[in-house]
Amino acid sequence: MSAPTVAEPATVTLTLREALKQSLREALIADDRVFLLGEDIGAYGGCFAVTMGLLDEFGPGRVRDTPLSEVAIAGAAIGAAMNGMRPIAEIMTCNFSLLALDQVVNNAATMLHMSGGQFNVPVVIRTTAGAGRQLAAQHSHSFEPIFAHVPGIRVVAIATHEDARAVLRPALDDPDPVVLFEYPRIMTMEAELPVDPVPVDLSTAAVRRPGSDVTLITYGLTLHTVLEAAETLATDGIDAEVIDLRSLRPLDDATVLSSVGRTHRAVVVEEAWRTLGVGAEIAARVTEEAFYDLDAPVERIGCAEVPLPYAKHLEDAALPQVPSIVAAVRRVMHRG
Amino acid sequence: MTRQPPLVAVARSRDLDPEHGLDLLRTMLVIRSFEERCVELYSAAQIRGFLHLYIGEEAVATGVTATLREDDAVVSTYREHGHAIAKGIGLGPIMAEMLGKVDGVSRGRGGSMHLFDAATRFYGGNAIVAGGIPLAVGVALADQMQGRDRVTVCFFGDGAVDEGAFHESLNLASLWQAPVLFACENNHYAMGMALERAEAQPDLALKASGYAVPSWRVDGMDVLAVEEATRRAVTAIRAGGGPVFIEYDTYRFRAHSMYDPDLYRDPAEVEAWKRRDPIPALAATLREHGHLDDDAMAVMEAEVAAEIDEAVAFAEASPLEPLEDLERFVTSEVAP
Repeated sequence: MSAPTVAEPATVTLTLREALKQSLREALIADDRVFLLGEDIGAYGGCFAVTMGLLDEFGPGRVRDTPLSEVAIAGAAIGAAMNGMRPIAEIMTCNFSLLALDQVVNNAATMLHMSGGQFNVPVVIRTTAGAGRQLAAQHSHSFEPIFAHVPGIRVVAIATHEDARAVLRPALDDPDPVVLFEYPRIMTMEAELPVDPVPVDLSTAAVRRPGSDVTLITYGLTLHTVLEAAETLATDGIDAEVIDLRSLRPLDDATVLSSVGRTHRAVVVEEAWRTLGVGAEIAARVTEEAFYDLDAPVERIGCAEVPLPYAKHLEDAALPQVPSIVAAVRRVMHRG
Repeated sequence: MTRQPPLVAVARSRDLDPEHGLDLLRTMLVIRSFEERCVELYSAAQIRGFLHLYIGEEAVATGVTATLREDDAVVSTYREHGHAIAKGIGLGPIMAEMLGKVDGVSRGRGGSMHLFDAATRFYGGNAIVAGGIPLAVGVALADQMQGRDRVTVCFFGDGAVDEGAFHESLNLASLWQAPVLFACENNHYAMGMALERAEAQPDLALKASGYAVPSWRVDGMDVLAVEEATRRAVTAIRAGGGPVFIEYDTYRFRAHSMYDPDLYRDPAEVEAWKRRDPIPALAATLREHGHLDDDAMAVMEAEVAAEIDEAVAFAEASPLEPLEDLERFVTSEVAP
């Protein structure tokens, strides 16, 4: 019996920023309640060109340029969400998002619980993180863990084109606040994608590379460094599984624990500082739930505990790199 | 330092509709009596946490909300019992909230500072000074974008004017012509910090007018003046005229909270303001015009006392939220 033939879905080559834009555009088309607000998202086209063209297509009522007012951007988005709209606020970088953090933590995250279940806040806040562009200590940091610390908000790190292409639909369907982290350094990276977006489940981690010897757990920008390290390890006979956490709150323990249960070794890689970070949390959970499966202590790699410097050699030295990841894996493989 | 006199003249009391005047008096009396009972319950340790009393400022909440439709929204502060009562939330559920009971407006999760009621469009007591202001802009924006002629009233105190959120929000609301009334209750002290010590420019209406927002001052101890000024503002806002700022000149007769020994105010100053108590002032006006006498006043006081008794009985009879519900409402409960 011959196998049934399945038509290959039509594909298209997109940069990551184009994938994000398609996702935003479809959200605007699908639901009149959706609107965008943020600094330079309209006439300028977005600081990272993600919203280029959307002002022309949807007009200034739905693509709203704002003054440089992060508190008001976040607060107005939260208020509009509480009153029937589905705002998508853009905060240019996560360093600036600290100005909006009061609104996100004290209002968006608390509102439903503090009001006894009366007011949910279906807001989406997009921001960017990540270093590698020599932008120094006020434009380069990774504050995903700061947001992920807070109950009441969903925190998602968008590391791949597939996720970028499909992320807005589930984020807008979530009745509660969602903070999306995007990464400028990979905005121009291209990938071939199905023309129609493949739905993405924001609650789960994704296994980006199956493997059997060690589990590498990461999120966001460092996924690409980790995948590169995995290829290097493969040439050395070490078969690494790579997990992209994708959701930092809630954390998908099941995918992580299932993998570690098979590989017995784990290395967590992130661009944020290690102290009190995502790696610390993952290491704690693995230790609590899978201690007797482990053949080695969990390793953590993160940013050096410094404000990120401008000079390239210093910035590179501060960040997780392929050699440091490979070295950590060799240590947990007892091949150091 | 010279301050401009209030720009809005005192209302012509001779035009006062007797029934309406008595309603205003009753509302102020309910707020006053409710809070006096709260003090007793605080002393009896039935109410704990912070308790910020509105005693002395009742004319503002009463006069402002008298101009609103039921579908207009209110965003308030941590000194919000008066706003909540005047907006029409039941005394029983408010008192139950004070006692931390499950039948409280916020199921006992908010307490005195966080009264919420979706049914009356009361978007909460916000205990971050100025934290509710950007939120109010968003609530109003959502009404504007959805073509509803509703007004959002945002109450805040003189201290909030020092926060960046105030300035960002007035600017944004003005740019977008959001239908917000910025209702500044100037009680002259930001906790213990006197207005004149906190403001390089103590004319608050002047600050607001810097954002091209029409800005007025009104005697906040005169409920009729409050109502007249607010009605003009609300009418203009509802007609699409954009935001208005009103500074209500008022005074709290009690300390900032139950913890405050009130060392920073001259007792003579407090006594001088007490002589302008808005409740006897309106009662005197009503008497002067033959709308109120001793018997009618005694009847009203007895009726209000009975209402408060009933609210306390409701609150005391309410159970506590079951402990197993502690983590409910951190995220929305979506039907499967």
